[in-house]
Amino acid sequence: MKSVALHLGVLVLLVVAQFLLPSYHANNLSRILVLAVFAMGYNIAFGYSGLLSLGHALLFAAGMYGAGMLVHHAGTAALLALLIGTLAGGIMATLVGLLALRTAGVSFMIVTLMFAQVGFLTILYFNGVTGGDEGIALTAPERQFIGLDLTQDAPRFWVALVLFVIALAANLALVRSRFGRVMLAMRENEERSRMLGFNPYVVKLQILVISGLFSGAAGAAYALLFGYIGGSFASVQYSILPMLYVLLGGAATVLGPLLGAGLMFYLIDFASGLTSAYLMVVGAALVALVLFAPKGILGTIRERWLPWLP
Amino acid sequence: MAFGPYLLLALMEGLVKAAVLALTAVGLSLVFGVMRVVNVAHGAFFMLGAVLAYTVAQYIPGPAALGWLAALVIAPMIVAAIAAAADTLVLKRLNYDPEATIVATIGLLYILEQAALSFFGPDARPVEAPFTLRLQLPWFGFSGYKLFVILAAIAILLAVWWFMTRTRAGLVMRATQVDRQTARAFGIDVDRVYAGVFALGAALAAIAAVLLVPISQSHYLMGGDPLLLSFIVVIIGGLGSLRGTVVAALIIGISDGVISMFYSPTLAKIIATAAVAMVLVFRPQGLFGARA
Amino acid sequence: MTTKDRNAFAPSRRAVLAGMGAGLLATTGLVRPVMAQGAPLKLGFQLHATGIGASYGRWYQRTADAAAKMINDMGGIGGRPIELIYEDDGTDPKRGAEVVDKMANQHGCELILGTLFSHVVMGSAPRAGELKIPYLVCSEGYHVASGALNRWTLQPGITDVRSQISAMAPWVAANLGKKVTMVFPDYAFGHDHRDFFTAAMKAQGGEVIAQIAIPPTETSFTQYLPQIPAETEVLYHVMVGPGVLTFVKELGEFYGPGNGPKLFGFIDSLEAVDIATPGLEFLEGSHFWEAHNRVKPADAGEHEAAYRAAVGVDDNGASVADATDVSTYSHMFSTWETLFFIKQAMEAAGYTGPADRQKLVETMEGISDLPYGIERPQGAKVFNGKTHQVFGTQTISQVQGGKLVKVHQTSMADGAYDDAVDYTTMSF
Repeated sequence: MKSVALHLGVLVLLVVAQFLLPSYHANNLSRILVLAVFAMGYNIAFGYSGLLSLGHALLFAAGMYGAGMLVHHAGTAALLALLIGTLAGGIMATLVGLLALRTAGVSFMIVTLMFAQVGFLTILYFNGVTGGDEGIALTAPERQFIGLDLTQDAPRFWVALVLFVIALAANLALVRSRFGRVMLAMRENEERSRMLGFNPYVVKLQILVISGLFSGAAGAAYALLFGYIGGSFASVQYSILPMLYVLLGGAATVLGPLLGAGLMFYLIDFASGLTSAYLMVVGAALVALVLFAPKGILGTIRERWLPWLP
Repeated sequence: MAFGPYLLLALMEGLVKAAVLALTAVGLSLVFGVMRVVNVAHGAFFMLGAVLAYTVAQYIPGPAALGWLAALVIAPMIVAAIAAAADTLVLKRLNYDPEATIVATIGLLYILEQAALSFFGPDARPVEAPFTLRLQLPWFGFSGYKLFVILAAIAILLAVWWFMTRTRAGLVMRATQVDRQTARAFGIDVDRVYAGVFALGAALAAIAAVLLVPISQSHYLMGGDPLLLSFIVVIIGGLGSLRGTVVAALIIGISDGVISMFYSPTLAKIIATAAVAMVLVFRPQGLFGARA
Repeated sequence: MTTKDRNAFAPSRRAVLAGMGAGLLATTGLVRPVMAQGAPLKLGFQLHATGIGASYGRWYQRTADAAAKMINDMGGIGGRPIELIYEDDGTDPKRGAEVVDKMANQHGCELILGTLFSHVVMGSAPRAGELKIPYLVCSEGYHVASGALNRWTLQPGITDVRSQISAMAPWVAANLGKKVTMVFPDYAFGHDHRDFFTAAMKAQGGEVIAQIAIPPTETSFTQYLPQIPAETEVLYHVMVGPGVLTFVKELGEFYGPGNGPKLFGFIDSLEAVDIATPGLEFLEGSHFWEAHNRVKPADAGEHEAAYRAAVGVDDNGASVADATDVSTYSHMFSTWETLFFIKQAMEAAGYTGPADRQKLVETMEGISDLPYGIERPQGAKVFNGKTHQVFGTQTISQVQGGKLVKVHQTSMADGAYDDAVDYTTMSF
């Protein structure tokens, strides 16, 4: 009950914030919501299930290019492109998972990293259609979403918020379901869950596909909402970022990804206003945060004060 | 160029790459093996080694060799001191929790990169090689210094091997790697061992960088690739296996060169990366690792 | 970043964070800067202060600061002083779009200028279009004139790379050779070189016999050098980023001193790099494209000295304060010329504030002849209002004794090509 109230409260806060914030911050909120969906996807694999991937940029990029190239080259409707982009994330996760899940732990981390690197280079290699590193700027007609003009700030926010709400609900339902408990069991003790009759390979593949759907949806939404697709989104940096969001906000917490994405965004934004050496401030803040809240912010709060936090 | 000489060139280039890579990766492997810490800042230590090499060489008058030799001594020492401090001040307090150390070392990476940018500037800076010798083969010329890098890397790797297997400090490190609790029970100061290992790992990265700068150049963003490649080498080689690390470095260095003979450069990179990933897919414990 | 610019908005920034700490709602108290009559015109500058573009960013900032000072000394724009607001984009397209937003909505900038790297331009232009704020890039990319962007994006300060490249082909074919091998980075900038130089060379009766695209993650190049065909007469190289020193050094080791094909390169590779750097000896005698001669040529224009003095660059193209601090001379003039273009257009349009932004762009589209003067130290230019792109002349220099010496100047016609877009028919 407390948990439902908390999440509803957060949503109300987001809606109110959109109306009250100056437009710069309101638009940042849209960005943060989409990035939070990406981080939620990462959290499902890493936080809840212990799959330490360094290749999620590939899944994000699958969604981004799946949707972006369809609207740009084929004139596909944006809604359909968003759905296909989401699926592309899931399909890419299936392909990666089938191979990479033969490994575990740090080997899994490295294999996913290398597959993502292959994906990044492939985008550069086929620059004729992908735009390579320079990317493609999507035009206004390509960004009409069931009657909503995504080049405008307000429709953009509502689409981002709806996507976030769907992801949040899916995330909550998932962790409360039987499958959610299997996920945790897989993280805590793979051998025991095997003895209980679960095939770890199949379960992990399912987890990764769900994670891929989240990431693909985020990538597709980012392309349509902000009008640009480019190779830099497939680089290793975008595999590290969701991990950072999750670890900052709190691994295996439902709201951690949102908190982490928002915190990281404003950390950079604020520090770059103070000094041109803002990366130093960001770095020091990361070290300080992890010293005082090693389980991430919500993880630490849950450990010390609010054990019911999902 | 005919196939034979081309292959020879690709192999020689591959060996140089492998030498630098092995040296960088051995440091990461030590840290990974003994401390179980994923050190994202390893590439930053490498970069710092190169940047310091340039700085030191600037201040040493006289022949280029002198400046380079001074850098070879001074740069790794400074980097080791920074690493030891980072371990004591941060990583130790995190109890080496795997997730927290990832965030902390990402933070460290940002701090070091920004420091290099602020104090050293954004431009790429060269360091003069200690000697210039160009070997003219019948088909192409090759840098004599590059061959020296291969020999130097072999010598240093042998020294590391000797240190780990033949000295008491090495024994202590290996004991800590096998079982931290038991090591503590036997009176080993695990904290000091960890600080020492972290410093040694960073110093090895710095040495690799000082060897490399006369071929390449120092730049504040140069740490990314060595980091990724070192991780790949360490995992493919098998955790904590010195021999595995060297073999994996050879595989990656040489396959990259040889595959690039047959395809356009970017396609060659795609194929080489995918091929190496497949090694892990079908041998998840790495080449020389025991199955976990 | 200059302290002047910082102080202008630092307090409101602190207010933002304080607000964030208390919860998202608290930020609602934030007051946006109010524009008073006669107050400075704020011009947002998207700066590569960190990331791969940082070498360029530093000099872009110095040049823009110098131009702003000169404009203010001349009485500002329409009587109002200008103030440059710098925001670092980290040379990243995602952050680029965010700082466009920030400069427009948070700092209340009249327009945005200064972007160099083309992926940042591509990532930021859509947001500039949405905000309906003029976005004047200093990138030399072919993205503006190709029609890939929008009505609000213009490039009035530097000739685009397609024109630069096309202008080189006649001279290369006539003086260096007709069989060319190209080595270039496997990304957009390199592809522009690949496509347009290959076409331009063909038009001159020459031929590009091999194209070697190097992946951007590569840090050593020797393994690709055997792919250069033996019959190559000219090796056309354009490598961007820190790898270029390695590339030249390895080329020298591979061929040996005095051997190998003739070299022709774009100075982009060696911006901010001293040509006399140890290891670059192999470049001796080779030729480079330069937009603006780093080493002051004997026939330099009358305003060259004043421009160099204002920016703080000596006759070798290095900082007057530090001779080892070499400038990005063939690119940074674009920020200077863009600022003077803004002055000209704003005054012609009678610009008073954001409501006049559309009128400002229309006025810019009407500008065509841009004569040589202190406003344009690189040389006279012609602005094409339809393609939103400016065109000027280029030079070719030879490395002689470790210095770049101007040997040829192209004509405007050498770099001409047919319009690919008419932005004036697009809606705002």
